[in-house]
Amino acid sequence: MPATKPRIATTSLAGCFGCHMSLLDIDERILQLAELVDFDKSPIDDYKQFTQHCAVGLIEGGCCNEENVAVLRDFRTHCDVLVSIGDCATMGGIPALRNMVTIEECMQEAYVSGPSVYNPSGKVPDNPEVPLLLDKVYPAHEVVKIDYHLPGCPPPADTLFAALVALLSDEPIKLPYQLIKYD
Amino acid sequence: MTKPSEAVARQACQDVNLDPTRLLDVLHIVQKECRCVDDSAIDAIAAEMGIPRVRVDGAVTFYTFFTKEPVGQITIRLSSDIIDRLQGAQEVADALTDELGIDFGQITADGLFSLHWTSCIGMSDQAPAALVGDTMVTHLTAETARLMVRSLREHKHPPKLVQELGDGKNAHPLVHTMVKNNIRQPGSIIFGPINRGEAIRKALGMTPVEVIRAMKTSRLRGRGGAGFPAGLKWEFTRAATGDRKYIICNADEGEPGTFKDRVLLTELPDRIFAGMTIAGYAIGAQEGIVYLRGEYAYLKPYLEEVLAQRRVEGWLGQDIAGKQGYHFDIRIQLGAGAYICGEETSLISSLEGTRGDPKNRPPFPAQHGYLGYPTVVNNCETLCCVTKILENGAATFSEFGTEQSSGTKLLSISGDCTAPGIYEVEFGVSLQKVLEMAGATQVQAVQVGGPSGQLIGPDQFDRVLCFDDLATGGSIMIFDQSRKILDIVHAFMEFFVEESCGYCTPCRVGNVLLKEGLQRVLDGRGEPADLEQFEQVGAMMKACSRCGLGQTSWRPVVTSLQSFRDQYESRVADDPDGFRRSFDLKKAVATAEKITGRKSVHA
Repeated sequence: MPATKPRIATTSLAGCFGCHMSLLDIDERILQLAELVDFDKSPIDDYKQFTQHCAVGLIEGGCCNEENVAVLRDFRTHCDVLVSIGDCATMGGIPALRNMVTIEECMQEAYVSGPSVYNPSGKVPDNPEVPLLLDKVYPAHEVVKIDYHLPGCPPPADTLFAALVALLSDEPIKLPYQLIKYD
Repeated sequence: MTKPSEAVARQACQDVNLDPTRLLDVLHIVQKECRCVDDSAIDAIAAEMGIPRVRVDGAVTFYTFFTKEPVGQITIRLSSDIIDRLQGAQEVADALTDELGIDFGQITADGLFSLHWTSCIGMSDQAPAALVGDTMVTHLTAETARLMVRSLREHKHPPKLVQELGDGKNAHPLVHTMVKNNIRQPGSIIFGPINRGEAIRKALGMTPVEVIRAMKTSRLRGRGGAGFPAGLKWEFTRAATGDRKYIICNADEGEPGTFKDRVLLTELPDRIFAGMTIAGYAIGAQEGIVYLRGEYAYLKPYLEEVLAQRRVEGWLGQDIAGKQGYHFDIRIQLGAGAYICGEETSLISSLEGTRGDPKNRPPFPAQHGYLGYPTVVNNCETLCCVTKILENGAATFSEFGTEQSSGTKLLSISGDCTAPGIYEVEFGVSLQKVLEMAGATQVQAVQVGGPSGQLIGPDQFDRVLCFDDLATGGSIMIFDQSRKILDIVHAFMEFFVEESCGYCTPCRVGNVLLKEGLQRVLDGRGEPADLEQFEQVGAMMKACSRCGLGQTSWRPVVTSLQSFRDQYESRVADDPDGFRRSFDLKKAVATAEKITGRKSVHA
């Protein structure tokens, strides 16, 4: 075992946490992973901020608001290698469906005129707690440089595990057809 | 006064005997009379012809010359081709918008004029040019554009704009155009002496197999660009089984910078029709169709007249030239403004009366072409060569040119040179020689073969024009030192985004990715990774696109990247933090800031 284990960080931006669930699906292999790495900023250990520089950052989800951008840039600054995991990070995914309509229409429908909306003020919320939406949803690589992409919705646990082990052990990745077949 | 579109549509359907393959003719009539093909016309056509509504709707929305919204009584379509732009199309555009008080895509309040951009209209040697109704107006300036609008306001009749007639048959009463041929260098094959009727007489004195053998001996290759051996194509079609066979002349030259077919159709239509008649004899076809690009509609009455004359003289119709049992006739189908229809399978789709979508190959048209019958599609110039091969013999023809590329080639030369126009050169001539002939100096770059060809710099001007080296359908665009390479490439990509039919993803998306990437580089927000991506996207499009459009449309970007790498590299840089330089957070949150009335905390 190396003296200092490489650190990895993970985040879910405009995603559904499904990719993180998939990561947890590696089941008992998480012990094996824990031997290989230490987790830094991640929903898995609930670290809110980076404590050190990391070897790998896993990005779930694209960027739909300004906070996503800030977090993603923070990851770029703190990680040697960034991996986009899942279809939202790699392509925008389901959130990017809103790219078909203007942001004005989106907000109007969501906060004012939608059939299930109760909003007597007729105003769009301007609470600073709510991050400002971007004009459209961007896949991660359109905001920062991304080193690797793992598609899938979500990428299966075996795929994530194989990719991580290959990355951390500096071995060429072996992804048999079954692990990258999505239909 | 316009008639209700429904009645016009029904009558138009009757005029073509409810033949769905003539849908384009119906749409032309409705568009002309009603200035649009609106929903009620579409309903009427679908009902009258008994075809799905979506097929009619699909066709209307596919072709540039058909619109669901009304256009002006007089449509002014200004060519947006790069050559037109470099020669002042923008100033002409500004003058037109100012004089008419409307923007492009709009119609004047009185309904008299509408203004449109359109892809290359085949007048690059007399740019900037516009199509006003069916009338070609060339050598426009801001001043003449204003005068044009003023006189149109008075007489409302575009043909009256023609004051000075062009040379040769352009002055023929049925053509009556200001277009010039600009034949700068006639060669001995295409523009060689005309011996009317001899080619057909000789062909009919041979067996069809012998005619095909002569084509193979001549080593004639298709002149449209791809260079497929013509004899082989004929042989495959002859061998294919089918109750009927067709020979189609591809007169849909849409490759920007190409205008040789326009000159051939003007000056040598007899040669083209004779070539078709011979091809029909060789493959066993009784019907020929000329697919004439919509932009060249002004040539149609004249071409119809030439066909009628040939019928009178016995070169078309029953028992041609006295040959018992050989019947052959030709009709002209007018296109409606779609670059993709120059691709043979798209052309066939269009002839069948549908959107001009390309078809999967195989089966090739030789086996399964127009309406499913074995079909040959040949370029105008190829057909002209056919007659010469029969007149002078295959061996004489193949003495010209190189081993792999026999004969001569017509070049359409445009751009920064003193003598733009048509040059008939032997295959194997160097690009340097061609540039000298055209009077081009201070040349920075040459686009050989149109946007889907390649952009090359002076270090490669010693390369030669032939299928093994610089293959070309004939378009040679010359750019001098004052031009900006990346702007030219960007204009080409805009063209391909516009003209991609959208059927297959590699082409529909690939062209957009390249155009957007190029825009990032032009904006100074590009990264070295963008340049790598250009090459990857190009390779993907080449391998995966359904037809020749997407298989080649990446080439302006990738070939200019090879020839002019420094111009790209000087504009790209890596961001030290690994952030994408093209992402602008301030811009991305601007609308949300406005809606919520609050400033971003991160931007």
